[in-house]
Amino acid sequence: MSLPPLPLDAIDVGLHVPDWRAAVGAAGAALERSGSTGPGYTERMVGVIEEFGAYVVIAPGLALAHARPGPDVLTEGLSVVTLAEPVAFGHPHNDPVNVILGLAVTTGDEHVHFVAELANVFNDASIIPALAAAPDAASVRSLLGITAPTGEDASTEETS
Amino acid sequence: MKIVALCGVGIGTSAILKVNAERALERLDIEADVTAADIASVKLAAADAQVILTSSELVPSIGKTNADVIVIDNFFDLDELTAKLETALG
Repeated sequence: MSLPPLPLDAIDVGLHVPDWRAAVGAAGAALERSGSTGPGYTERMVGVIEEFGAYVVIAPGLALAHARPGPDVLTEGLSVVTLAEPVAFGHPHNDPVNVILGLAVTTGDEHVHFVAELANVFNDASIIPALAAAPDAASVRSLLGITAPTGEDASTEETS
Repeated sequence: MKIVALCGVGIGTSAILKVNAERALERLDIEADVTAADIASVKLAAADAQVILTSSELVPSIGKTNADVIVIDNFFDLDELTAKLETALG
């Protein structure tokens, strides 16, 4: 399975936000705008971080905002938000964050497959700074696309 | 051998950790069963596990366990995962 479609309106580049809540809010708004989720999903993503802490900051500079599947997930989706100035999430090693991925899935199962694709892309350490520096949405999409072509049966042999 | 990849809600981050832990184990030529789990199910999932991989943020939520808890800072860094797994299992 490949990465879910990434419409340009699911990408927001160079946002100015005051804090991590607003950053996650922007990732949620992008998911909603692209038709993946309904309004409640953003709050649930914020709720996961409130409940469990900043563990969603899984690599230096990168947060993977997500919540459980639910009725507010209309179709699986991915959003990408980059920040003009990074914000702290409260992670001891990986703060500050300037790239936020929003993730919405309908079931746990299909999710695991496209997460493997995300791992393929992000195992290349240069991708996070490259995304953070991307000038526009099309560049973001092409950066993700170049490293992990969608529509192909990508397998683990792509792993570097 | 059983390894648990732990995150808050059992999707997303734990799935990434599971995928990359499997890649690291392959590098080390170690056979192990890696399971993704969330905080709610970790007690059961980790009952017979040798290692729990997770974020430092979640360590306090694990509670009492016989498994080795390994904190991973960068879930995408196969070198970090490989080195930490090698230390724990070697």
